[in-house]
Amino acid sequence: MMQTELPALFARMTGDEKHEWAAASTLDVLWVLYDRVLNVSPKNLADPGRDRFLLSKGHGPMAYYAVLAAKGFLEPSTLDNWTEWDSPLGQHPDRVLVPGVEISSGSLGHGLGLAVGTALGLGVQASPAKVFVLVGDGELDEGSNHEAIAIAGRFGIERLTAVVIDNDSASHGWPGGIDQRFAVEGWATLTVDGRDHDALEAAFTAEHPGQPLAVVAQIRKGN
Amino acid sequence: MRTEFAKTVLAEMDADPRVAVVIAAISRDLFPRVDRVIDVGIREQAMIGVAGGLALTGLRPVVHTYAPFLVERPFEQIKLDLGHQEVGAVLVSVGASYDDPAWGRTHQAPGDVALFDTLPGWTVHVPGHSDEVGPLVRDAIRGDGRVYVRLSMHENAQGYPVGQGVTEVRRGRKGVVLAVGPVLDRVVKAVEQEQADVTVLYASTVRPFDGDGLRAALAEAERSDVMLVEPYLEGTSAHVVTEALEEVPHRLRSVGVKRHLELHAYGTAADHDAAHDLDVVGIAAAVRAFFHR
Repeated sequence: MMQTELPALFARMTGDEKHEWAAASTLDVLWVLYDRVLNVSPKNLADPGRDRFLLSKGHGPMAYYAVLAAKGFLEPSTLDNWTEWDSPLGQHPDRVLVPGVEISSGSLGHGLGLAVGTALGLGVQASPAKVFVLVGDGELDEGSNHEAIAIAGRFGIERLTAVVIDNDSASHGWPGGIDQRFAVEGWATLTVDGRDHDALEAAFTAEHPGQPLAVVAQIRKGN
Repeated sequence: MRTEFAKTVLAEMDADPRVAVVIAAISRDLFPRVDRVIDVGIREQAMIGVAGGLALTGLRPVVHTYAPFLVERPFEQIKLDLGHQEVGAVLVSVGASYDDPAWGRTHQAPGDVALFDTLPGWTVHVPGHSDEVGPLVRDAIRGDGRVYVRLSMHENAQGYPVGQGVTEVRRGRKGVVLAVGPVLDRVVKAVEQEQADVTVLYASTVRPFDGDGLRAALAEAERSDVMLVEPYLEGTSAHVVTEALEEVPHRLRSVGVKRHLELHAYGTAADHDAAHDLDVVGIAAAVRAFFHR
């Protein structure tokens, strides 16, 4: 399935208009990750060596579900009755219900800690897998993220990449730039246009030896 | 208990490459190895999150720190990063309800077991002696479930077999006293002091609760009167006793750390036991009032 079909998939899920902007903000990042970067597919979900993608910002998962459907993790028809009793798809994803969803999320500020543990666990097992975790700029208000950011930096977890969707949602902003919150803890950082697929791919595949990487994907209203 | 816990974990780490330890600065000296021991610093939310992530990759995390910082501070992480992810871990606390009250209320966690009761699927062990710690921790690590082990600085004079339900310590006819973990010796002294003709049962595992053992003991007694003595929040196990005795008309008296007291006091654990009527004097008074009516 092609990227051009994502809007139609996205549109099959209605009823969460409040988070439509949140979902739309992540669409390009998710597509680039699943289409160009991650070593994960419906065929290797049981492979311990698969890359892990953790959606920490569980709000507005319509884009996530659309990409999973486009990549064959879900039947597109599953999207039509999302949030209903007999649907595996809710307004926050559940890893037990959806193949390919690595963590259940919704309450903000949990994914980074889980991602750090996942990356450390893979390291203990000498796995080649990489770990990508998507957080929002508003989500970074949660203090738990900064515990995880500090640890990942101190431990120099190279296999870990945090993708920060910066859609200007944080109540009080991030003076000095979001990237600085990561850099001061020892992360490599890159800031890119969150709609530019080539720039996103380049950032996600950039070398960052001995450091975790934070990619700030900027999304502004209207783009 | 803490030393026995560390010895057991280190032996299991040697035997099983899945076993990893996650701590938050406290007890670093107990785990003098660099591989698979992750000290996240004083970051308890991350401590549980990291444990959840390790478990997602197939490792068996053992998470350890002081009780309020293990259970209360990162409680949402326990609920979501372990429980809702459907992964296992072994959480082992020290400090109990008020093991060292000179540190004040911030270092006390009498509500820890009650909090675990709000979550499905947790096994809870409350050992009363160091000899019980090794087998309980070893079995917990070798499983794959979610287990909480509550260690204390205060112990009974002897250990009892673990993992076999309740143990009958004393037999009587007028009812049953169920003592959990480190309160057993005080319960036995109080019962003897009051010359109460009651059975005393001992439990070091409270979840799952041995309802069969309680019912069997009551079946041998003339009255279905049950006194529950727990070293944490009073009445924590009252609901499981009630469930176990659903078909048995009974009386229940719960003794434990009082719910209505917000104590602003230091002193010793013995001082706090007295304040909560969890010393021999307080338990004896409860036995007298409940069984000698």
